[in-house]
Amino acid sequence: MIECRDITKIYKTGSVETKVLKGISFLVEKGEFVAIMGPSGTGKSTLMNILGCLDTPTAGQYFFEGKDISKFSDNELADIRKKKIGFVFQSFNLLARTTVLKNVMLPLIINNVPFKEREKIAKDALKSVGINEEHFYHLSNQLSGGQMQRVAIARALVNNPPLILADEPTGNLDSKTGEIVLNIFHKLNRDGRTIILITHEKYIAEQAKRIIFIRDGKIIEDTLSHLSKEAKYVKE
Amino acid sequence: MFIRDLLKESFSAIFINKARSGLTILGIVVGIGSVVALVSIGQGTKVSIEESIQSIGSNLLTVYPGMQRGAGVQVSAGRGSAQTLTQEDAEAIAEISFVKAVSPEISRRYQVTAKGTNTNTSVVGVTPFYLQVKNLEIESGAFISEQNIKKLSKVAVLGPTTRDDLFGEDSNPLGQKIRINKIDFTVVGITKSKGGTGFQSQDDIIFIPLSTAQRYLSGSEYVSSISVEIQDEKFMSDAETAITNLLLERHNISDPQLADFSIMNQADVLETMTSVSNTMTIFLGAIAGISLLVGGIGIMNMMLTTVTERTREIGLRKALGAKSREINVQFLTESIFLTLIGGIIGVIFGWIVSLGINKFANITTSVSTESIILAVGVSALVGIVFGYYPARRAARLNPIEALRYE
Repeated sequence: MIECRDITKIYKTGSVETKVLKGISFLVEKGEFVAIMGPSGTGKSTLMNILGCLDTPTAGQYFFEGKDISKFSDNELADIRKKKIGFVFQSFNLLARTTVLKNVMLPLIINNVPFKEREKIAKDALKSVGINEEHFYHLSNQLSGGQMQRVAIARALVNNPPLILADEPTGNLDSKTGEIVLNIFHKLNRDGRTIILITHEKYIAEQAKRIIFIRDGKIIEDTLSHLSKEAKYVKE
Repeated sequence: MFIRDLLKESFSAIFINKARSGLTILGIVVGIGSVVALVSIGQGTKVSIEESIQSIGSNLLTVYPGMQRGAGVQVSAGRGSAQTLTQEDAEAIAEISFVKAVSPEISRRYQVTAKGTNTNTSVVGVTPFYLQVKNLEIESGAFISEQNIKKLSKVAVLGPTTRDDLFGEDSNPLGQKIRINKIDFTVVGITKSKGGTGFQSQDDIIFIPLSTAQRYLSGSEYVSSISVEIQDEKFMSDAETAITNLLLERHNISDPQLADFSIMNQADVLETMTSVSNTMTIFLGAIAGISLLVGGIGIMNMMLTTVTERTREIGLRKALGAKSREINVQFLTESIFLTLIGGIIGVIFGWIVSLGINKFANITTSVSTESIILAVGVSALVGIVFGYYPARRAARLNPIEALRYE
């Protein structure tokens, strides 16, 4: 699905260079559920931005479905985001003063999905994350945090992307609603979607099948190193 | 994005901030409205000048007495105020072959009274030829006759506006007395309205016999202008030369540079007045353009605020795959929408104002199709010009930073 080969990212502020990522390499297969974990300020978000095609690496290669996209233009990256990636953010990023249904239809509008199909796709996505029909026409800011995040997940699903990228999806939720949201990710993963979840909390990372620990811009541990992939199957 | 989505989203974005959008649109309404209204005044003036000149006729030359220019010294005197032309000059001009009719005139403003009413209007001493030369018609009674001239009769022919002012609208004052400069005149006729307002109205006027005017009002032999009707337009320049030569000879002037008269051609008058009204139109339009500029700055201000407020939304749209160009188009559409709505309302508003000016201030106005199309086009252009920078700013936002924006 995706592969990082020796990715580095350097930010320049004037003459000062900050090396945020120092040679990250890993591979995620289709259908995996991976948590990227590490304390804040270790380059998690930078990695997430590169994985989500919002940013490009300074050096190294990033393969998305076999294509090296590390040198893609902004427009080409936008196309990948539009068709291949569903984003879930910590702060939901729903449009306030806009109905739930319209929020979920936004990616369909951007993706030029015909008018007639939009509503059905959006409603199906909302139902699949457990939002009742009575909430479809509520304004998004009238919902509870858990509902908002489920609406945001529905929005990430409507274009049927193979990869879901979630950045601290439970960060703004209490543990109970956080669990509901995590269960949705489990369900999506069972349906065959690749999920990459970024978090700094261990108990959330442990929900994933595989954890990649990052510290100071380097991977310090990968619970499923692809070099020892066979070993893991043997263990199971 | 589909165009339908683009329009829908722009419309709802404008509608969400009703008060702010309304005030911004108001700025454009005032700008476009004042452009339409003020330009209509300029255009109306132009139309009325053209109409009044057309009604006088284009085969007309007018001779005015002028200053005599001595060597080096400019004696400053306005056209028509010098006393160099006489009735004999007029009679001599009538002998020239291209000339069809000649009308010497003496004109001055007087306070005129009737029973209990009075008005200030121009009193013109004329001969019977005036009617023909100036394309004037009589509505009731008769015009100044040859008999009146010979007998120095104290008779007057009123223009319709003067009749209304002195005797009331649509009254029949034939046989009544009016007083000009303490002398009683009997009203013998009323002329037909020629329309046209402003410059040298042919309706607000009193005609009396030329000889009477010379004897009792001005007390001199001189005339203030001689209107000459030429047989055909194609002889205009020939006639002009002939009249010039004749008058130079009669006045014993050898150098044409020192001529004590000037000849005005209707074409010259038309040109001068048209250029004056064009200057006026441009001037008024420029003043109105300033308010349009202010309206445009309002648009830019609002769009910049909108872009800042919706930074996160822009970040989200980009994360969801919207391209920079699409964001750019979206915000440009929004600002064009604002200015177009303002432009259309502004045209209606300006039109109403121009009708109001026409009705209450009695200034001819004219709203042309071209000026409406131009105004709407300009308003859309204002949207593009003043929306360009905010839209570009939105399009250039970095999605990562925009999503984190608080």
